[in-house]
Amino acid sequence: MSAAPAMYRSKLKPTDVLRVGALGLRTRRVRTGLSTLGVAIGIAAMVGVLGLSASSRQELQTRIRALGTNLLEVEAGQGFGRGTQQLPADAVSMVSRIEPVVAVSSIATVDSTVRRTDLVSEGINSGISVFAADAGLLTTLHATLADGEWLDDATSTYPAVVLGSVAAEKLGIVDVADQLRVRIGDTWFAVIGILNPVAPAEGLDRAAIIGIAAAETYVVGDDIVPERIYVRTEEGAIDAVRSVLPATVNPETPEEVEATRPSDALAAEDAASNAFTSLFLGLGAVALLVGGIGIANVMVIAVIERRNEIGLRRALGATRAHIRRQFLTEAVLLAGAGGVVGVGLGAAVTAIYASTKHWKIVVPPIAIGGGVLAALAIGAIAGLYPAARAARLPPTEALRGT
Amino acid sequence: MNHSPAASMDSNDAGLALELIDIVKEYPGEPPVRALDNVSLEVHNGELTAIVGPSGSGKSTLLHIIGTLDRPSTGIVRVAGIDTSQMSDRQLSGVRSHLIGFVFQSFFLLEGMTAIDNVANGLLYRGRAQADRRDAAAEALRRVGLGQRLTHTPNQMSGGERQRVAIARAIVNRPSIVLADEPTGNLDSRSGGAVMELIRELHAEGRTIVIITHDRELAASLPRRISMLDGSIESIESIESLDDTADTSVGATR
Repeated sequence: MSAAPAMYRSKLKPTDVLRVGALGLRTRRVRTGLSTLGVAIGIAAMVGVLGLSASSRQELQTRIRALGTNLLEVEAGQGFGRGTQQLPADAVSMVSRIEPVVAVSSIATVDSTVRRTDLVSEGINSGISVFAADAGLLTTLHATLADGEWLDDATSTYPAVVLGSVAAEKLGIVDVADQLRVRIGDTWFAVIGILNPVAPAEGLDRAAIIGIAAAETYVVGDDIVPERIYVRTEEGAIDAVRSVLPATVNPETPEEVEATRPSDALAAEDAASNAFTSLFLGLGAVALLVGGIGIANVMVIAVIERRNEIGLRRALGATRAHIRRQFLTEAVLLAGAGGVVGVGLGAAVTAIYASTKHWKIVVPPIAIGGGVLAALAIGAIAGLYPAARAARLPPTEALRGT
Repeated sequence: MNHSPAASMDSNDAGLALELIDIVKEYPGEPPVRALDNVSLEVHNGELTAIVGPSGSGKSTLLHIIGTLDRPSTGIVRVAGIDTSQMSDRQLSGVRSHLIGFVFQSFFLLEGMTAIDNVANGLLYRGRAQADRRDAAAEALRRVGLGQRLTHTPNQMSGGERQRVAIARAIVNRPSIVLADEPTGNLDSRSGGAVMELIRELHAEGRTIVIITHDRELAASLPRRISMLDGSIESIESIESLDDTADTSVGATR
């Protein structure tokens, strides 16, 4: 007779563990939704932060690549108490003599306005500034044209203008084939080209660019002094060039010359956003923890409420382990559902935010996988105590009347 | 104990569905509460037995011990000839899943689950495939006259129907013994009567059924009665005349 019990063994197949675990979720939908919410918010926060930081980093790296790390910018320093300094007129030719310099060009602000018509007053100018640039600017900045052509040696001397992307939009000009003209100062300039957005010099996007000679002739009536010089160097020579730039540009007062590397600013921005990422990840983790506690709480209540069900299942032959597995599975499914919803939310937030900023949408796979896994782990931990409690409940007590 | 040979003959089967020997159940306290005091009884295969007694007589404790949901302080419980006294909690669960069917006063059906799935739960812990379980459940539901209610949920059914679903769940695993705890306690007299009619039919088909009740009138209508009082068996009586028709039908099915 002692051998007989082996025939009578309770078994619960893994698929049935899932089924009974999902039962509580299906029958108490509102509670399932609400208790899932905490974990969902936590996971969404973390996935969103990771997605946004990955997207913004991708964007920054795209911009850094567009800039090139071999671009230097030279400006007159803001001397103490001496007002705005100027660069020497021959600065460009001086810099071009530095051996590893590949390209160099300058721009200068022209104190004038751009208008579609001479019928409006000069005050209404849509915030479009006018720059005088030399013909090498396009190659130095690796900028590209959306339409038309760039200033060449000839058009630099004529009243011809190339518009930045934003400026063109504001003026309502999309096609140079329309042969439109804009009024700069008192002269009509023919629009010969429209730029794509220029990464290294965003100011150019809202600018109308004319040749230096044209600016001197038609707008200023005087010599134009370079205000900012862009220098493209050979890769690897960037630090060497940077160190000699001030003295080359202005041998007399090199301390009044500032040479910066635009990509450095972006790299710094990247580092700063990293710090925020950690902060928000921490906040997400706190939300997740609270969500986990919420699930543990809901499960403890479920175990108390479903005493009779536990008693019934024990009467039907469930072992303690079967009861434990049922409630553990329920907690894991609850949290897992939260994780899936959270990952979806986080990805959606990333997508929405990134697309408003016209970034490429990047949701790191590790955030997706990690988000769901973290939720499952939270569920397992949150479910441990309630499941153990359910399993410990003696059947006779569980069956006692409601 | 006092009627072993004769009773065995009566039940058309020499096997014992249930055997309790000198069961004592004490709850700790000062002084300890003795819920069951040296209870011995036998239920033969195919018998329909009532355990009757007022509340506090120990009949619920007895039900739990017979159903292996609780252990006696001392004494031996044999279900279908198997001694359960040395079994682990897990092994006892195995005995319940294979040998015992329960019917409860308040049905204990799972809300939000169809009748067929509630009945299939009777086979859930046997490790059988869901399709199998549902087939057997549909058959059991047809047996209790609910073939048209397979996909109804408990809240779409009357009390009497719910109890019949619970009875189908108790018989779906073809247990050695069905334990019914006040099966008509939550029902009006009409549906209670229908449930008792069903229980008699199941008995007539050869099933072994023990009904625990405080209702002396209901007990009196059953062929065998074990009366409890203050944790002891007061009397065991069989009324053959009442059971004549049922007994012949048992003979016929076997």
